Amino acid sequence: MANTNMGKTITAKAQNKKAFGLKLKIFKDKKTNFYVGLGITAFFLLITIVGYFWTPYNPNAMDVDAKYSAMSFTHLFGCDNFGRDIFSRVVSGLGTTFFVGLGTVLIGGLVGIIIGAICGYFGGLVDEIGMRIMDALYAFPSLLLALVFVSLLGSGKYQVIIALGIAFIPSFSRIVRAEYMRCRDLDYVKSARLFGASHFRVIFVHILPNITPVLVSSAIIGFNNAVLAEAGLSFLGIGVQPPDASLGEMLSSAQSFLFSTPWYALCPGIVMIIMILGVSLMAEGVE
Amino acid sequence: MKKKLIAFLTVFATLTIALGGCSGDKTGGSSNDESSIIIGIPQDLEESLDPHDAVAAGTKEILFNIYEGLVKPDSDGNMIPAVASSYELDAEGKTYTFTLRDGVKFHDGTLVTAEDVVYSLSRCADTSLGEPLVPAFSNIESVEKKDDKTVAVTLVTPDTDFIAELTVAIIPEHNADPDSVSIGTGPYKYVSRSIQDNIVLTRFDEYWGTKANIKDITLKVIADSDMIVTNLQSGAIDMICRITTEQAKQIENLDYNVVEGTMNLVQAMYLNNAVEPFNDVRVRQALCYAVNRQEILDIGFDGKGTIVGSSMFPAFGKYYMPELSEYYGYDIQKAKDLLAEAGYPNGFKMSITVPSNYTQHVDTAQIIVEQLSKIGVDASINLVEWETWVSDTYVGRNFEATVVGVDASTLTAPSMLNRFVSDNGKNFINFSNEEYDIQFACAKSYTNDADKTAAFKKCEEILTQEAANVYIQDMSCLVAINNKYDGYVFYPMYVQDFSTLYVK
Repeated sequence: MANTNMGKTITAKAQNKKAFGLKLKIFKDKKTNFYVGLGITAFFLLITIVGYFWTPYNPNAMDVDAKYSAMSFTHLFGCDNFGRDIFSRVVSGLGTTFFVGLGTVLIGGLVGIIIGAICGYFGGLVDEIGMRIMDALYAFPSLLLALVFVSLLGSGKYQVIIALGIAFIPSFSRIVRAEYMRCRDLDYVKSARLFGASHFRVIFVHILPNITPVLVSSAIIGFNNAVLAEAGLSFLGIGVQPPDASLGEMLSSAQSFLFSTPWYALCPGIVMIIMILGVSLMAEGVE
Repeated sequence: MKKKLIAFLTVFATLTIALGGCSGDKTGGSSNDESSIIIGIPQDLEESLDPHDAVAAGTKEILFNIYEGLVKPDSDGNMIPAVASSYELDAEGKTYTFTLRDGVKFHDGTLVTAEDVVYSLSRCADTSLGEPLVPAFSNIESVEKKDDKTVAVTLVTPDTDFIAELTVAIIPEHNADPDSVSIGTGPYKYVSRSIQDNIVLTRFDEYWGTKANIKDITLKVIADSDMIVTNLQSGAIDMICRITTEQAKQIENLDYNVVEGTMNLVQAMYLNNAVEPFNDVRVRQALCYAVNRQEILDIGFDGKGTIVGSSMFPAFGKYYMPELSEYYGYDIQKAKDLLAEAGYPNGFKMSITVPSNYTQHVDTAQIIVEQLSKIGVDASINLVEWETWVSDTYVGRNFEATVVGVDASTLTAPSMLNRFVSDNGKNFINFSNEEYDIQFACAKSYTNDADKTAAFKKCEEILTQEAANVYIQDMSCLVAINNKYDGYVFYPMYVQDFSTLYVK
């Protein structure tokens, strides 16, 4: 038993990388990474918040005369095949994208923390059962798993959040479990137990605050993945329902106009790339 | 309808890449006798070329050139004699007596006999395996050979529109394997095929009627709709049907003419008349007033298409009532008033189910959502897979509104209007109107054409007045054809006639 446990105790960092895949390293200095990332993210967040109250045009308003119009000062990013202002749609799409990303991290993170904490803290049979279930979930690529849930729940913004949230539980729970396994035998935990603290208190009051750095970093990376997954689902036509805008949905509808109206695909695409870059840099910096 | 939509599905949604293979060698095309054309088709034909077994609209439209029935439709939708030279209907409307045309030959050179006709019709009416091959043939009581040139078809219940069903292919009784050996009487005969690549047809020089102009036809399978423009640009194909306005734009400056016809269907926002709030006629009328059809055409379809006002499209000729398209003008105020009257002064929420594989319907729905927001109706779109649409929306009738196109299987008024009779199995919108049912039953029973037409027109009017659905348009159909060729003729149904094409 002790042997197998040893084998499983991989460091949280390695685990983190394994669970969330590739990360970016542009600036040598972690701090620069973080601040540049934070700057980009804050910029987009600001645009999103402003866009919630005001966009240059109504993102769903159609204008026959503006169909396919190119980038100009009247229409910053041009117009799509319905004559809708692409800039306004990108802004409102960013909102959807942020919302889905946060919602997903919230669901996946919350459930993942609970499962991971219990498994990691108690170990033994509880751990075996919990982690084997997570392994089974983890065996599916998360997008595929989300696809299954979307087909069960139906398509739409909220369904996508639930589906992605569920799909993201295993990766969160693994990271949290590894951290709890590392922490459960540390002196401060032992002394808390000696003072008579309950398991519940030890798990959530003593250990949880101590693993926040890891949690924050994985939440940020999780957010990034959720944004990409949402774009993927919307691209496949099962995410956000038209006429609501999301970056993935816009990319999907832009497909047929790649040659005649290239800015339709390029604008949401580039915005998404920059946003993901910003969040990734921030995650890199946090570590 | 299903078949037609499935064919569209293949056009718009196939992502498989067609096997390249040889691009076909063009043979000058100067001399009429050596003329040839390469036509792109969106999917391979069915494995079996048996005309009685064909289900896909994409196969049937090609087989139209190889096989003929006792009668066949012309480009106006009238039934003209084909294998039969004339027919008579008895006063009761029960017995059709056909006189066979002299000297009609099958592609293998044998003459068409009365036995072949009886064999073909009986084969389609055979109920020993359950449902007959042609469902409408369940109304056939008997098919009899009177003499060598006469065949009589007797019905169970009188039906003066039954002639439209007698377009089923006449095939030779001596052909033991109609699945793979294709012998018909049409203007073109089958030569060979290479699966997923091409089908070769050649002119049948002993055809009884006007012979085809172009000698050799190669049908090239282009399963990937993104490859259509590439194939046109490279000159690998000379003609292809049903391209989008987007594709038409991309070949604008090439050597192609884009001819425009109609899809022959009624695109509408079909409303479930049985659910709240659409069970209130005022709400339905309000939606009709709030939807700006011209704007839908302008935004979504480059202004192409014909606005319709009832469940009937222009190809129906005498049954079509163009005046109904103006019954509900675009009038926001009237729509708001009607909504307030119905008890929804602040609008309501509704969901529009749309099959996701039809770009044109999804686009239309998006425009409608935007237009309805102006009268306070908060509509959302629910995209579903085609199979889900069929099972839940069409069969299960579990929907509020849906944007699709409904077409006609034959050019008889009932094929469009039948589905709105209260207890009809295809009445997926749950339309229920006593007067309509009476009018429809009367129309069916009349044998006098004028009375019949008038009664069917009355049915159409009821659909419009009751605002059964938010009728939109009969969509346009674009055909790209190399400007070396001409003569493409649109039919009011889902067929392609290659025999009229010619080299300029």
